[in-house]
Amino acid sequence: MIEFRIDPGSGVAPYRQLVQQVRQALRLGLLHEGDQLPTVKGVVGQVAINPNTVLKAYRELEHEGLAEGRPGLGTFVTRSLTDSTLAAHKALRAELSRWLVKARRAGLDDDSITALFDSTFRGTAEEDIA
Amino acid sequence: MIAIDADHLGKRYGQRWALRDCTLSVPEGHIVGLVGANGAGKTTLLHLAVGLLVPTAGTITALGARPGAGPQQLSRVGFLAQDAPVYSSLTVAEHLRLGQRLNPRWERELATDRVRRLGLDPGQRAGRLSGGQRSQLALTMAMGKRPELLALDEPVASLDPLARRAFLQDLMELAADLTPTVVLSSHLLSDVERVCDYLIVLADGQVRLHGAVDELLADHKILTGPRRDVQSLPSSQEIVRVSHTDRQTTVVIRTAQPVLDPRWVVSTIGLEELVLAYMSSSAGDRPTRALGPVPA
Repeated sequence: MIEFRIDPGSGVAPYRQLVQQVRQALRLGLLHEGDQLPTVKGVVGQVAINPNTVLKAYRELEHEGLAEGRPGLGTFVTRSLTDSTLAAHKALRAELSRWLVKARRAGLDDDSITALFDSTFRGTAEEDIA
Repeated sequence: MIAIDADHLGKRYGQRWALRDCTLSVPEGHIVGLVGANGAGKTTLLHLAVGLLVPTAGTITALGARPGAGPQQLSRVGFLAQDAPVYSSLTVAEHLRLGQRLNPRWERELATDRVRRLGLDPGQRAGRLSGGQRSQLALTMAMGKRPELLALDEPVASLDPLARRAFLQDLMELAADLTPTVVLSSHLLSDVERVCDYLIVLADGQVRLHGAVDELLADHKILTGPRRDVQSLPSSQEIVRVSHTDRQTTVVIRTAQPVLDPRWVVSTIGLEELVLAYMSSSAGDRPTRALGPVPA
């Protein structure tokens, strides 16, 4: 089961945050087809938000074809967002963790690491285009 | 149906109008945030809505009837006053028994369940409970009667952050279960943003703004640009607040149309900024459209 959280400072509407968290969990393989999403009461009791916000998020997921409400039972995941790359995630994650350890040893703080990643990411993306 | 309907509602204490010319209607099923500075009239409006006060001018109805009109009306309305009053000399269990005797629609199971889950000792006198426990007991009493309209006057103001979050979690859980209309006054805009989908802003005893939060946020924009006179803004853009520095002008506007003037940088507005714009726009009279000379 997924655990939601709300970041009040993000500037993203709370219902969008819930939708994004479900999509991310689907992409990372944490949620699968057939899994039940928390009940509205369960979500509001956990993150203290308006029940209508949860309903709106679930409606949006239904609209996107990612979930469906079954009357009297709850809301269930109908489609997964993982693709054939999921198998490669584990090895890539391990490699990235090793790289992060090296970066920290070299004295980079979180901001420097993020900046280095972003600029490299953009650099290679541009190369691909060129 | 309309949960609260006020028409030119006013309340005067002696010479002072605590609430003036207040016209609004709140549709059922919302969780309504009532915000405004101290003395803006929040408590007065809540007291009028639940029948603790009688209007000096105009009318108000709650759930289609005059507040406090009779036992039937009273049983549909719940109220949690500031500082969550309980009977200090009665035990937790005696509170529940009182609730059952006094309310025709008392949810006995819900109330006893809640007390158990909160870990309250039924034999404990309410006066010896902590602040957080007291407000939880008061909320249990207010929800136990299964109101269709629940008014809460600054329910979390005196609670520590942990108790505050627990209180809001429980309030939202109960709202999901019983789907009443909830009106809560608060100074904590972050809480209002989290739980409320309808907003009422009061200032100086008058309603400055009310409506569904989604729509209000979509209808307001922040414009920033080089310092300039705002007289020239199109008439479809209602100015809420203007501020200038020597180089820059910032305007909060209400408009349903897109802003086409390329000299403005248009940003969306957050709930906190929206509320503050309306609260401060009342400090002067109406927002001024005139622009003073640019400092040398």
